[in-house]
Amino acid sequence: MTATFDRQHPDPENLPGRQRAGKVWQGVFSMSLLVGLLALIVLLLNITNQAGGLAAYRNKVEPASLSPLPLEETPVEALVAILKENLSINRIKTLQRDGKLEDRSQTDLAAIVTEQIVKPEVIATYTLFQSLTRGDQIRQEILAQNPDASVVWKWWLTPDFLQRSMSSNADLAGVRTALFGSLYMIAITILVAFPIGLGAAIYLEEYADRRSRINRIIQTNIDNLAGVPSIVYGILGLAIFVRLLSPLTSGALFGSGSDNGRTILSAALTMALLVLPVIIINSQEAIRAVPGSLREAAYGLGATRWQTIWHHVLPYAMPGIMTGNILAISRAIGETAPLIVVGAATFITQDPSGPFSRFTALPIQIYNWTTRPQPEFRNIAAAAILVLLVSLLSLNAVAIFLRSRFGRR
Amino acid sequence: MQQAIDPINHPPVIEAQDVQLYYGNFRAVKDFSLKVQPRMITAIIGPSGCGKSTVLRSFNRMNDFVPSFHLDGSILYHDQNIYAPEVDPVLIRGRIGMVFQKPNPFPKSIYDNVAWGAKINGMRGNMDDLVEEALRKAALWDEVKDILRNSALSLSGGQQQRLCIARALAVRPEIILMDEPASALDPIATLKIEDLMRELSENYTIIIVTHNMQQAARASDMTAFFTMDEDRAGIMVEYDQTSKIFTTPRDQRTEDYITGRYG
Repeated sequence: MTATFDRQHPDPENLPGRQRAGKVWQGVFSMSLLVGLLALIVLLLNITNQAGGLAAYRNKVEPASLSPLPLEETPVEALVAILKENLSINRIKTLQRDGKLEDRSQTDLAAIVTEQIVKPEVIATYTLFQSLTRGDQIRQEILAQNPDASVVWKWWLTPDFLQRSMSSNADLAGVRTALFGSLYMIAITILVAFPIGLGAAIYLEEYADRRSRINRIIQTNIDNLAGVPSIVYGILGLAIFVRLLSPLTSGALFGSGSDNGRTILSAALTMALLVLPVIIINSQEAIRAVPGSLREAAYGLGATRWQTIWHHVLPYAMPGIMTGNILAISRAIGETAPLIVVGAATFITQDPSGPFSRFTALPIQIYNWTTRPQPEFRNIAAAAILVLLVSLLSLNAVAIFLRSRFGRR
Repeated sequence: MQQAIDPINHPPVIEAQDVQLYYGNFRAVKDFSLKVQPRMITAIIGPSGCGKSTVLRSFNRMNDFVPSFHLDGSILYHDQNIYAPEVDPVLIRGRIGMVFQKPNPFPKSIYDNVAWGAKINGMRGNMDDLVEEALRKAALWDEVKDILRNSALSLSGGQQQRLCIARALAVRPEIILMDEPASALDPIATLKIEDLMRELSENYTIIIVTHNMQQAARASDMTAFFTMDEDRAGIMVEYDQTSKIFTTPRDQRTEDYITGRYG
């Protein structure tokens, strides 16, 4: 039997039409990519725009009226005299709690004079774009309204910004404490989540009986847990690590540490819980991608299950495992909600000294600064976002380097 | 069913006794018995889906990795039932090596490919000598002796398959199972493998699954013919010397198959 068609051969007439349809879809797909790229560029520009520009200051007391020399060049004795002259006795006592004024360095004293007496106040800040396009106009406007104000170029992300700790004065605030807190936390998170996650993945892929009901339930639950909102993990962490395991997470069991469970350890364990399902799933996928022929080859030579896994399955899967886990860890660095619930401090000037210390983290710091009413805090928030992005990218770069080092031959 | 006729009355190395192979409730291969002669090449032939590979893999318990697989009857390796509960399949696979359909060298160096099996089995001694010996036996030494540290994946398909044979030999097995070892290779590489099998059969027992009847006729001493019955289960039709199977088969189905009338 021969089927009857209108045409017996492929029609050359409709070929251009078919090719055109393909071109249209190709265009649609490249547009999607373009939209994504544009969004990324706009984001980066927006942050950079906030991170630098003109700032108008007004001093409560002009430094020129205090000392004939600029403060940076004024000798120690003169600075001490200025302080004693302008500040109340109680204030001086407070300052001397950590040591006599005369014993401090010149830089330190100049900073104290600036902070306590000169008290520079930011009246207004301008974005990089505004400052570049109509800088002169801005200067004139400000000076017309506030004749005693000074307008300076200010780049908020400076080496000092990285080295200073938290302060209620945006000019003197920095991210050192937050950066250390974030790095400390992520290090513990990796140490906890990576071995447990990889172990669970190996068990589920290589040992667990896929047909058993319990294992199927466990697998489904892990898949679902990956989608649970992070705030829920925060509450879980609060209940378990901060409250229930407080003797452990506060370090009381080890005879040191803080008085409650709101420590780096609690936060890191909470983050580990948060990324664990993602790590398990990613590692499982990577292990599943190992060809069965490789396993058969090993078993066929009389290898045990563990020898096969250790010598062949894991090395082959490792690049894939790393890729998946880098993404999971990156997510943990930027995560804010669980930290708020677990109790990251918003104002802290002490660097974390160990897993049992109170801490703050970069996202917390950014969140905190963006909620302040003063305009200059938005600028340092932008600068902190740049720090967060750069630290994230460098962690990823390290991980990618490791991946290529341990990649398959 | 025909009982095997021993051409030479050696005690068999492997003896399948009333074996039935199942995947879950599906009976993949029905009742068969056969005796494999030492230092000979035994070919298992038959149409696709008749369970040849399943039979071959049951000889070194490679089917254990299929969760639903189970077996009735017994398979004796030197009078020891390898499916007895006290037998560790890991040990069996060390004595009964396997070469697979597609060359599957490890993504490691040529040297490590050969040495690994010996290492993990706890064999001690001069590893360099062992690697050379295995590669020489597999007729690969002259081609790779200067590139032992190169990746095994840089070899051609035929070389990779001979490397897989060398890898199996390095564990010093008594039996080598080959599951269509030449089906992914070109005719010249195939002939090399067949020559190699002939050489190896002086010291090793070889069982080969093939759907290439010329290969079975050329390269084997004994042939077992399997086919499917009306339930789509595999059955062994005939087991005899290869010369007899290909010239004077006793069963009509065997004759139909080898003359190309079906399958």
